[in-house]
Amino acid sequence: MPKLTIDGREVEVPAGTNLIEAARSLGVEIPHFCYHPGLSVAGNCRMCLVEIEKAPKLQIACNTAVAEGMAVLTSSDKVKKARAGVMEFLLLNHPIDCPICDCAGECYLQDYYMDHDLKASRLEEPKNKKLKAQPIGEHVMLDKERCVLCTRCVRFTDEVTKTHELGIFGRGSGEEIGLAPGATLDNAYSACVVDLCPVGALTDRDFRFKSRPWFLKETETVCTGCAMGCNVVLNTNTNPYNKVGEARSYRLFPRENREVNGHWMCDEGRYSHKAIDQGRLANALVGGRPAGLDEAMHRVAQLAGPLAKAAPARAAFLLSPQLTNEALLAFRALAASLGVAQVEAGLDLRAEGAADGFLIQADRNPNSRGAADLGLGPRAGVLGGKDLLKAAEEGKFDVLFVVGQALPEARVQALAGKVKALVGLLSHEAPGQALYHAALPLAVAAEQDGSFTNVRGRMQRSRKALGPLGDSLPGWDLAQRLGSALGAPQPAEGPAELFARMAASSPATAHLTLDSLGTLGAASAAPVPA
Amino acid sequence: MEPSPKYLTRNFGNPAALGFDGYSAAGGYAGLKKALAMTPQEIIDLVKAGNLRGRGGAGFPAAVKWGFLGKTDGPKYLCVNADEGEPGTVKDGPLMENDPHQLIEGIAIACFALGIRQSYIYIRGEFYKAIRIVEKAVEEAYAKGVLGKNVLGSGFSLDVAVHPGAGAYICGEETGLLSSLEGKKGMPKLKPPFPAVKGLYGAPTIVNNVETLACVPHILTLGADAWNALGTEKNGGTKIYNVCGHVQRPGYHELRHSVTLRELVYDVCGGPLPGRTVKGVVPGGSSSPILLPSEMDVRMDFDSLGKAGTMLGSAAVIVMDDRTSMVRALDNLLHFYSHESCGQCTPCREGTHWLYLISQRIVNGEGRPGDVDRMLDICGNMVGNTICVLADAAALPTQSYIKKFRAEFDAYAAAGRRIALVGGAQEKAVAHA
Repeated sequence: MPKLTIDGREVEVPAGTNLIEAARSLGVEIPHFCYHPGLSVAGNCRMCLVEIEKAPKLQIACNTAVAEGMAVLTSSDKVKKARAGVMEFLLLNHPIDCPICDCAGECYLQDYYMDHDLKASRLEEPKNKKLKAQPIGEHVMLDKERCVLCTRCVRFTDEVTKTHELGIFGRGSGEEIGLAPGATLDNAYSACVVDLCPVGALTDRDFRFKSRPWFLKETETVCTGCAMGCNVVLNTNTNPYNKVGEARSYRLFPRENREVNGHWMCDEGRYSHKAIDQGRLANALVGGRPAGLDEAMHRVAQLAGPLAKAAPARAAFLLSPQLTNEALLAFRALAASLGVAQVEAGLDLRAEGAADGFLIQADRNPNSRGAADLGLGPRAGVLGGKDLLKAAEEGKFDVLFVVGQALPEARVQALAGKVKALVGLLSHEAPGQALYHAALPLAVAAEQDGSFTNVRGRMQRSRKALGPLGDSLPGWDLAQRLGSALGAPQPAEGPAELFARMAASSPATAHLTLDSLGTLGAASAAPVPA
Repeated sequence: MEPSPKYLTRNFGNPAALGFDGYSAAGGYAGLKKALAMTPQEIIDLVKAGNLRGRGGAGFPAAVKWGFLGKTDGPKYLCVNADEGEPGTVKDGPLMENDPHQLIEGIAIACFALGIRQSYIYIRGEFYKAIRIVEKAVEEAYAKGVLGKNVLGSGFSLDVAVHPGAGAYICGEETGLLSSLEGKKGMPKLKPPFPAVKGLYGAPTIVNNVETLACVPHILTLGADAWNALGTEKNGGTKIYNVCGHVQRPGYHELRHSVTLRELVYDVCGGPLPGRTVKGVVPGGSSSPILLPSEMDVRMDFDSLGKAGTMLGSAAVIVMDDRTSMVRALDNLLHFYSHESCGQCTPCREGTHWLYLISQRIVNGEGRPGDVDRMLDICGNMVGNTICVLADAAALPTQSYIKKFRAEFDAYAAAGRRIALVGGAQEKAVAHA
């Protein structure tokens, strides 16, 4: 590994590392716009110019690989002058419309202006006028005046999605990013260009004008849109004094994890955060009528308690791959305490879509793998989801808990006629919700701590960003409360204890704790080939 | 001034030489025949000994550039840069229009020496006549066995294709040319990797100027010593100088490198028009810093002009006499560079435009105090900070015009509207006041 000095400090990094990354490993930031570790090097913004001993002129750090004995200066007077020069050039025709720009607060131009420029514009001529607020796709708005022409978005559509919707048009000072003739930015990952854009040229049409980024809380969690478990940041805000509207969740954007999603996420997953607030079941229902949680619990105890005790073989739990590992474990334990053998994750009922061979998995649930690892998948002696529902409709079960599964209305109707105690634990309103004898509100992933195991067997932490909506409760909590109501008390354990119990059951995971999963997760077993 | 024998231009004015037979009768293809009997390394060594400097403008030793060509089992290319666009330059066009086989012979020798089997001639799109003539000559060269399979019975095969450019000034920059040839927007590529390692379609590629390749057959026939004797130290051979602007006899001339700028302007081209005096001379195309009349005793080779703080470039001499407004001349130049910047790098995209905006303001009589210093400061933030040298090509002349004619710029900027309204002779009076 080559050894070099950066600002006089010695550092050793793998051969081929560029100077931006080498400096980053020392905690030194070399400012840049066009460079992005997930894209090819363009070298056009010229912001990362650094001084290299013996080189006749400044070199761009993004396109300079480390070399043995190299001496790099990242903040010499020469470098500072060049940076200030580049900043002045970049801001020359920039509209400085920060007060109405969504990117204000997370804009490279703003940050670097404070760090490297800090002077008034010397332009005395009118600025270039370009098109503002052009919708270029379902999710993305383009403002050509704010653009610094770093070409990150163009390279993304060329290199990552290979869909080539964007291009550079014109030349010189009139140059613009734009759509290829006849194209619309409509690939499945289109909103990634908003994350990539270092300035406010590309903004998210959904997030636009909804909030200033500094009002938003950041939670490092995972996407629940499919079995991939892309690492994301969830932005939320519950402060009524600086928010507009009722929604608590504002946006998701990807967070780098080279083992899972690289730097990207799909649009379907990105906008799945809306389900945190929209269409939620916030209160319990008893016979279709809104009820307090205690009343509903009491009703469940009355209805299901004696039946389950009398004939555990005629009781069943239908769980869901939407639930966290901790919730699944808690329900598995509850079923065991009640002597109920028929407990299954209903993997054959799960929502599926098209896979794309990149990030999007056909299985649109975050935890099918976790359910299978917990022994809740298809197995001998236990009915699968479809068979269970069929058997229940034929009157073979007295008690059925449907946990986190959204069943069609007709199905619920058929079940309600045959099952004596039909209890639904629902996160969202569903057409058949009133037909359950009792329905309990279930919290979503963003409202609880826990873990999911992705399609490749990677255990990843899902973090609590918000308190549960209304009377809803996390699955693991409801399982324990149901235990008390049904006369099978469970140990009061939180997600961390539940995770520890689960991890201890296998030598491959025995060393893990919920906290040790960190922000990037850990492999639970030999990864399944992609 | 020592008179020069004609090699590059020997067939100019001889229409028969446009054809294969006429060219051969005038001694053509002797160099290729000689080369085919040598080893590739011998040819490269000969060209190296002949001190052939790249005639596209940078003056980089051609054989050294050839030496950088990456080893590969896959394809490699020779791209001929015939996108002559440097303002003032008139040499590659005439070379192609008057003696296309000379270029083809140079290509064939270079490709044989480098083991290249495919060459592209990228000709500026506006050169309709040259495109037609070169295409016809290539066709005839195929028919006569100079190109195609088994060149002149040597077992070596070579294909040559003519590609009319659809581009811009920047497509004459070697990596911009490659982008354009690949069908992309004409934008220079990031270096490293250099084209010799990763060029056209990602394959090792040499890009040579038309005049550079036209010299190659003569080095073969004359030998390195005789070729060197025509030039100066480290600047082998003869050179085509093209002179335009305020001289009595503008035109292009094949001369020895030892000619001085003064001899070229006064003796060869007759000096300024009657009653006028020379005010400034651009020695190597619009991108080169300007020289004062007192600096004209410099030898017209790459190294002498480099030492004089300017460059030989494309050897396009632009003479400006005492009636020229340097402010307006620079304004014209800045219009060109701001229009031709590809827009890729921040300092060039914004810098060329900003310089032109300020210049326009000064020219329109709205100059303000500090404008001229601001222009110099902008230039300082451009030079050396971009992917290609277009930013330098705009900034270095700007610096030199301002430095050498500072009083004129200051007077113009300070005089405001008065100058813009009266213009002409009065402008001169103010500038010289």
